[in-house]
Amino acid sequence: MMLTTGKKITFYVLLVISAFLLAGPAIMAIVMSFMTNQDILTGSLPKTFTFDNYIAAFDRLPLLQFLFNSLVVAIVITLGQLMLSALAAYAFVFLEFKGRDLLFYLFIATMMVPFEASVIPNFHMIRDLGWIDSYAGMTVPFFATTFGTFLLRQNFKQIPKELREASMIAGMGDVKFYLTVVLPVSRTSLVTLGIYGFLTSWNMYLWPLLSTTNDTVRTVQIGLKQLQTQEQLNQWGVMMAGAVIVIIPTLILLFAGQKKLQTGLTEGAVK
Amino acid sequence: MSMAYRTLETNETYILQAERVKKQNRKKSFLKGMLFLLPSILLFGAFVFYPMFKTIYLSFFLTNAQGATTVYVGWENYKALITDPIFMKSVKNTFLFVFYTVPTTVVISLALAVVANEKLKGIGFFRTIFSSTMGVSVAAASVFWLYLFNPTMGLLNKFLEVFGLEAIEWLTDPKWALLAVSATTIWMNIGFTFLILLGGLQSIDSSLYESADIEGTGYFYKLRRITIPMLSPTFFFVITVSIINAFQTFGQIDILTQGGPANGTNLIVYSIYREAFVNYQFGSASAQAVVLFILILLMTALQFKLGERKVHYQ
Repeated sequence: MMLTTGKKITFYVLLVISAFLLAGPAIMAIVMSFMTNQDILTGSLPKTFTFDNYIAAFDRLPLLQFLFNSLVVAIVITLGQLMLSALAAYAFVFLEFKGRDLLFYLFIATMMVPFEASVIPNFHMIRDLGWIDSYAGMTVPFFATTFGTFLLRQNFKQIPKELREASMIAGMGDVKFYLTVVLPVSRTSLVTLGIYGFLTSWNMYLWPLLSTTNDTVRTVQIGLKQLQTQEQLNQWGVMMAGAVIVIIPTLILLFAGQKKLQTGLTEGAVK
Repeated sequence: MSMAYRTLETNETYILQAERVKKQNRKKSFLKGMLFLLPSILLFGAFVFYPMFKTIYLSFFLTNAQGATTVYVGWENYKALITDPIFMKSVKNTFLFVFYTVPTTVVISLALAVVANEKLKGIGFFRTIFSSTMGVSVAAASVFWLYLFNPTMGLLNKFLEVFGLEAIEWLTDPKWALLAVSATTIWMNIGFTFLILLGGLQSIDSSLYESADIEGTGYFYKLRRITIPMLSPTFFFVITVSIINAFQTFGQIDILTQGGPANGTNLIVYSIYREAFVNYQFGSASAQAVVLFILILLMTALQFKLGERKVHYQ
């Protein structure tokens, strides 16, 4: 379909205005994070460029430690989700056994239980296991995901069943078939799920707030909240510097994987 | 291989043997299936199903500060909730919040997706910008908007000042607080919703548009007659997810308003959090959690019932 010049201009105007409005808050935060507190308080445009806010943010909180914790937590959750969903998806697509459909409904049922509604016993369990302030307590509850299983199941279904039969006749077991054929073929979906898992676990808020009590394992999201509650002198520049540090890793990941996410998530969502 | 044998031999010992082999195979394939599923099943059991039943159980008890049950009280926790004006307000707030956020997010995201689906130069850049709020965490988004809403220095009131309007206490005025939290949430959720809707648009068969072009139909006619109907499964998904998400809102409340002013932004999950982890009333907090669970279940069921009739699958 060819667009007339007039239509093209209309579209570009719409695109630019919407982009400006949507990115506005983030751009504002980035600009403010490099402004002096005086410029911010007097509401003037940035006159001097300074790194002071970043230095202050790292000074006030063990931000490097928090960033490291967030990274560990997000990577461990992502890997855990990939492993468990891929195994479960394989069983649902390739293995036939009694009770499989029942288990499938059990997976669907988990989607009906929001984590927030079962957070109290979860908290008590982690506490009784001695997992408060530990990476285990922050990651293990999130390894099993129905969403991930469904997304990969959708993808595994496209692998012809005959391929498995042929591999079995060639004396390949299920484990070997899974490792050497299914996983490599489904690389793209695994990456998509990995990006999604990393984004959501890096951004988690309620559970890290409950399951950490000190700085050793606290994530950067909770660090940001600390920075905000400590702020009595309206040091917005420091807070914005903190917020920018928090969003940079996920924004980079999103920019790199936006296309994959879009196709992957739609596939998993709609059919 | 066993098929070949069966045609040759039909004596009874063989049949018995075949039965045994079959049984063994069935057992083997069952074990194999379980092997692949066991990690997920164990974790779901420990962190989803057991906590769900435990929540229901706890809701019939009083507990001590450690969360151990002390007195069985039957339905008393639930009765107390119904007569508790603060909890009832949080339920009302939650429904209002869903009503403020879900339709607006979907409409804005749809408009963005339609525009971003045009084949224009540099469109990839705009798609990236539009989906970018998906990468912004709830804590960071709340800090951005905390500044925007600041009554003296915030950008929003500065705009109002330019137009000679009176400053608004966005987060402390009961008239505005829930709307302010909703605006933050809408901004945050546009990224994800946009991405899914754009994916839906791109999976529409382009031949549909081509034949419409041959007939010379207009832009908005195509939008109404092709795009929207073909997009209905995606809408269905996006709306369901958005409603469930809205019911689970916590982070923006914790940072922006702490449920204030006068519980004006106290949503159910925040109310559960306060009752359990500030007041240590785990029994009554569990009753609230059960109410949340039932509400989400009802909304999803309703959504499926209404959606079924309207959704058009390709």
